[in-house]
Amino acid sequence: MRSALSEQQFPQYPAPVAIQPAPAPEHAHHPWLQHHFDNMEQQAEASTLGMWVFLSTEILFFGGLFMAYLVYRHASPEGFQEASHELNRFWGTTNTLVLICSSLTMALAVRAAQTGQSRKTQVGWLLGTMVFGVGFLGIKAIEYYDKFVHHHVPGPYFHWEGMYPKPAEQFYSLYFAMTGLHALHMIIGLGIMAVIAVMAWRGIFDEEYYTPVEVAGLYWHFVDIVWIFLFPLLYLIGGHFKG
Amino acid sequence: MDTTATPTLNYLNNGHGLKSWLLTRDHKRIALLYLWSVTAFFFLGGFFALMIRLELLTPASDLVQPDTYNKLFTMHGIVMVFFFLIPSIPATLGNFLIPIMIGAKDLAFPRINLLSWYIYILGGLFTITAALTGGVDTGWTFYAPYSTTASNSNVILAGLGIFITGFSSILTGLNFIVTVHRMRAPGLTWFRLPLFVWSHYATSLIMILGTPVIAITVLLVAVERGLHLGIFDPALGGDPVLFQHLFWFYSHPAVYIMILPAMGVVSELVQAFARKNIFGYAFVAFSSLAIAIIGFLVWGHHLFVSGQSTYAGLVFSIISMFVAIPSAVKVFNWTATLYKGSVSWDSPMLYAFGFIGLFTIGGLTGLFLATLGMDIHMHDTYFIIAHFHYVMVGGAIFGFLGGLHYWWPKITGRMYPEGWAKFACLNIFIGFNLTFGPQFIVGYLGMPRRYAMYAPEFQVWNVLSTAGATILGIGYLIPMVYFTWSIFKGEIASANPWGARGLEWEIPSPPPTENFLVTPIVTHGTHQYAPSHEVGIV
Repeated sequence: MRSALSEQQFPQYPAPVAIQPAPAPEHAHHPWLQHHFDNMEQQAEASTLGMWVFLSTEILFFGGLFMAYLVYRHASPEGFQEASHELNRFWGTTNTLVLICSSLTMALAVRAAQTGQSRKTQVGWLLGTMVFGVGFLGIKAIEYYDKFVHHHVPGPYFHWEGMYPKPAEQFYSLYFAMTGLHALHMIIGLGIMAVIAVMAWRGIFDEEYYTPVEVAGLYWHFVDIVWIFLFPLLYLIGGHFKG
Repeated sequence: MDTTATPTLNYLNNGHGLKSWLLTRDHKRIALLYLWSVTAFFFLGGFFALMIRLELLTPASDLVQPDTYNKLFTMHGIVMVFFFLIPSIPATLGNFLIPIMIGAKDLAFPRINLLSWYIYILGGLFTITAALTGGVDTGWTFYAPYSTTASNSNVILAGLGIFITGFSSILTGLNFIVTVHRMRAPGLTWFRLPLFVWSHYATSLIMILGTPVIAITVLLVAVERGLHLGIFDPALGGDPVLFQHLFWFYSHPAVYIMILPAMGVVSELVQAFARKNIFGYAFVAFSSLAIAIIGFLVWGHHLFVSGQSTYAGLVFSIISMFVAIPSAVKVFNWTATLYKGSVSWDSPMLYAFGFIGLFTIGGLTGLFLATLGMDIHMHDTYFIIAHFHYVMVGGAIFGFLGGLHYWWPKITGRMYPEGWAKFACLNIFIGFNLTFGPQFIVGYLGMPRRYAMYAPEFQVWNVLSTAGATILGIGYLIPMVYFTWSIFKGEIASANPWGARGLEWEIPSPPPTENFLVTPIVTHGTHQYAPSHEVGIV
């Protein structure tokens, strides 16, 4: 074996690391502290940082679509304007308001868990968030149905009355890709909310342990923010030129 | 000799049966799950490679039809890039070592770590299904509009396989970043981190920032094929060049996902086997970050002949050359570390030397290709095949095998036969150079890539290349045999068989389930081969 020889040839310098016993934890083990974390603060910090890192990947995930939108809007601004005009601005605005309300109830749910309010209050705010989320998806379904009826869904049956059928089809390709992906995130968010609500109903959240609500809230707010960018891009830009 | 008494309970024998492995949350066991699966994918991809080389033995397409040949090189590329090269070092050695090297009991999210392995396997099953049910013929780059409209092969299935596997990569990177930020032992400051950890940190940045972009890109290809949304296909009003931009925004940095972890391994090996501290620790650490960042700004050099503006080509050409600076910093600092070191020629060190040589060749030929005018001559020839195999394959495999040999005693608690290991290393080195060396020449002479047939005057180089591939293939099989042998019959390894430094060598081999019975308190840099006042490292 090599080590015996090398230990003689090369004197060992003082060990670079001292393995010493860490100070004993001061207070009792929290029931939700996982074995590989030292304390609740470390666990909470790791979870929140993890969610922020994940959201940065989400920005880049949507980023590809935003880039495509930028390129094609630049290539045919008039066509995009014409296509954008056919979107239902009333439902878009309503949906924006619905989502902002859901963000408010989400923030209140996080606060309810953080300040140790009753589990009924926590579950109440979470259910409120879910109701707004479902409302958003319902309105989205109405809009999708309208596009379907008017043959504005890209593909072989696409039909456009205006001056720019090609850019319009492009616009609707991006419209469905972007809002579809956003709606998928909403559906996943509703699933997360359901899990969190069950956890809250079991009463596991208190002042010391509320990270799951906080992290789920970050995700929910992120999905809202994506819509805050999608709404003006798809519905509003250039609207003042026509009607 | 062995000062650390080998405990009877370690991560390998703490729990038996299939269930204890498939439901484990121990980062070390998950690393081994990955090790088996990437090895399986490696030999699958190697099988496709061997078929390609056999077909190219003669100028005519006599072994397989051109259509089958297209599917072979596509599957070779997909399997090797997405299922071997990208996860190889991070998911196996990184998973195993990062928590230990920073004095943590596990990664920050053990369940997500296990989930990422399952996602990887699911993505792999999609891709294998695509291969078994007719294959894909688009090339691993899925260039639109061929992939969205013209090809009638399993593009959607293979694309979904890559999409799913991407999440595995994202979750691994996320786990590493959070772990390095939040789980370091007391006293382990950023500038006491081993360089292996630094390189994985930089790799993780690329994984989390690049992977989502290719995920949305292949998803768009899939919906364009399935639902006729017009994003990339010009017939539907789309722009195929946009596809290339989005694709290479990930796939160029992906090269650094493959090479940076290998550089981290080499930094460890050079220190351990030259018995010296790395020359210019901070430079080596920051060069990893610099490569990661600059790597995101150079994707356009894949589009020199795609019709992008000359001005854009010029800018991408210049930025591409900047990558050479941090790369050269690493090579020069390894060389400076070796200078007046007490170098011992153990097999991991041979792989490190092999890496430095192959990476230098691959990197320098990269400068040829980054030069706008030269690239137009050599675009889509075998020169570029040789170049990226030297960097990606030579780099990743030599780093992977070197690291695997170095940490094998720690992972399994057994030594491998050193003579066989040296023989295998030599075999792989010769086989590799004989395979890809001639391809530089034949590519420079003008042989294009991706054709089953070629002009007869290129045959001599192709025969050499196929001969090299045979040697290389045998070389890869030898470690398989002696590693398997050593698990059962190998000499029992001590806690620190190389006399190396680092937290991983201060715990028993194989490590106990919780890595450290008590949390270590780190008092100086973890890799010190000389007193700290002599090297100026805190």
